[in-house]
Amino acid sequence: MKKNIILSGVGGQGILTIAATIGTAALSEGLQLKQAEVHGMSQRGGDVQSHLRLSSDPIASDLIPEGKADLIISVEPLESLRYINMLNKETGWLISSMNPVKNIADYPPLESVLDEIWKLPRYVTIDAEREAKDVGTVKAANIVVLGAASLFLELKYESLQAAIEQMFRKKGQDMVDLNLKALKAGRDYAQQRT
Amino acid sequence: MPKLLLLGDEAIAQGAMDAGISGVYAYPGTPSTEITEYIQQSKQAKEFNIRSLWSANEKTAMETAIGMSYAGKRALVCMKHVGLNVAADAFINAAITGANGGLVILAADDPSMHSSQNEQDSRFYGKFAQIPTLEPANQQEAYDMTIYAFKLSEKFGVPVLLRVTTRLAHSRAGVERITIHKQNELRLPSDLKQYILLPAIARKQYNALLGKQELFRQEATESGNNEYMDGPDKSKGVIACGIAYNYLVENYENQKVPFPVIKISQYPVPKEMINKLYESVSEVLVLEDGYPIIEELLIGLLNKGKSIRGRLDGTIPRAGELNPKIVGKALGIETSEGFELPKVLTGRPPKLCEGCSHTDSFLALNQSLDNYSKGRVFSDIGCYTLSALKPLESINSCVDMGASITMAIGAADAGLVPSVAAIGDSTFTHSGITGLLDAVNNNSPITVLIMDNSTTGMTGGQDSSALGKVDDIVRGVGVSEDHIRVIKPLRRNHDENVKVFEEELKYEGVSVIIARRECIQTQARRMKEKARLKREAEEVNS
Repeated sequence: MKKNIILSGVGGQGILTIAATIGTAALSEGLQLKQAEVHGMSQRGGDVQSHLRLSSDPIASDLIPEGKADLIISVEPLESLRYINMLNKETGWLISSMNPVKNIADYPPLESVLDEIWKLPRYVTIDAEREAKDVGTVKAANIVVLGAASLFLELKYESLQAAIEQMFRKKGQDMVDLNLKALKAGRDYAQQRT
Repeated sequence: MPKLLLLGDEAIAQGAMDAGISGVYAYPGTPSTEITEYIQQSKQAKEFNIRSLWSANEKTAMETAIGMSYAGKRALVCMKHVGLNVAADAFINAAITGANGGLVILAADDPSMHSSQNEQDSRFYGKFAQIPTLEPANQQEAYDMTIYAFKLSEKFGVPVLLRVTTRLAHSRAGVERITIHKQNELRLPSDLKQYILLPAIARKQYNALLGKQELFRQEATESGNNEYMDGPDKSKGVIACGIAYNYLVENYENQKVPFPVIKISQYPVPKEMINKLYESVSEVLVLEDGYPIIEELLIGLLNKGKSIRGRLDGTIPRAGELNPKIVGKALGIETSEGFELPKVLTGRPPKLCEGCSHTDSFLALNQSLDNYSKGRVFSDIGCYTLSALKPLESINSCVDMGASITMAIGAADAGLVPSVAAIGDSTFTHSGITGLLDAVNNNSPITVLIMDNSTTGMTGGQDSSALGKVDDIVRGVGVSEDHIRVIKPLRRNHDENVKVFEEELKYEGVSVIIARRECIQTQARRMKEKARLKREAEEVNS
């Protein structure tokens, strides 16, 4: 098994939480893992990305080679496009939230951004904030996106659920339940559309 | 023990603790900051009393570590590549004094300058100091080599340089820990004169260091950290240093490289191993995540031998970090491509947070300079450097830590009056105080804006050595009381603050304006922690 995942979004959107959840799940299944992060700019509203590599065999490069990303998981639509040069043309999927973070003066019209995503051969775009609000809080939008992406991770759904439980245990059972619901909401949505 | 998922930085930190360090000394600097933070937050460090407070700068950190090593205990010093420039005087001379307790210097380089002013290669410093250098390729090696570094340091009585780059420092993978070593006992050097670098003694020490060079090379041959892997295709041989090795094997199915390969992780490089490769192939490709140091060494001045390919002949771009695609191209492999980036993509550069005090400071400064010609604001390294970008565009220089004040002095000497320096509180105690002293002794017509947000912000909000001390230091250096102004940078104070700036700009002597308001990120974290402790106390009481 080999899975190259690029995570992207804007600083503060919980990308590293997604990475940690996938990482925890992957480790529980005995997979090897490398995860390259970008630090420092995350508090300052800049774009952030992470290269997350899962494999049943030892992994060499921390960085994913260009054109070899199996998945782009993004919590922001403009940021989802920033790394499509990394996405595998034949098999790669792009999973992205449709909710823009307009913290730059020249943010392009949302329709033009979504149009570019919809030109790709394999994608799932989701109104993550609405799904998250439905289960309890907009802050769980990142977990909703993870749920949508879960169909393509080749990890057991139970592993992801166990990872959520581990990640949010300290915040109380309510938080765990909420995030499990968010995960499911994203997954159900993606299931219906693919 | 089960595997831990650790950043390269964290692996080094864990390795250092397991190696039995008694102290870590550092100043924050990307991508090295996480090493000290990991140790500061670890239970193991508390249990074993490993000291880990931030130092005022990399030079004091380096010297303090030398002191601990003098007393027989193991010390780790951490810094980013340019931090080694600040520590260089102490670093180079620590090789001459030698090490008593193990002394390891970690330099984290930043090829492609993701968050730095340059991409200098710290391996040069290892060569310059004539000490062994280690360069791990992955997180497990980072852990293992940190422990080995301390052993090596004590074996040869010299400091050891450990070098990583951003892509290892900030990448996570599984690491297995080995046994934990006890800390050393307090034990002074057997020769109580070896640290006195008076010429007569220094010459003796220096010759001793020179005498060890062949031993270092022999160790690099025998340690296993430099590995010769033969291959059937002799049309090419590859030398891959540190993390570059990963990019090499990434390009081949099952990581089987057809060419003979030498993986380099320890310097000085083993001559026989490299000669063996050289003799058996038609040309050599050198892969280094940094400057073409080994490449240049092999080419020599006259380039009369076999073809050595790398950055210098354009096989690999001269600047910037390596990645699998660049290395694949250098190997002549068809590399894959993804989709074309759409035109709609706009940049999303980092900017000052909403509500940052620096914005208010610079808005006031900008307005006060309305009637002066542009180009007179010299700045420094920190979050406030982002004011160079739109919409503020407040500053005209950022060169190295502390240069804001001293450049302002020089520009004023040249006739640019008034000159303004904009510096943060942590940068000020790092290396601004001496500049301010020069300004006072020079009676320079400069206005120094110290932006005191009471933290080391850009690197993540570490404790600032300046906390509570800025005003006294400024006074102590001799700035006249009338021209030390303290303002609170807030939107509602804007007009009042502009007046302060305008008055001090007119003054033909040293003015210091201290703009004080806590960093909102640090404040938020502090409040959160306060609330959490309060909740815990309430739970205990109920």
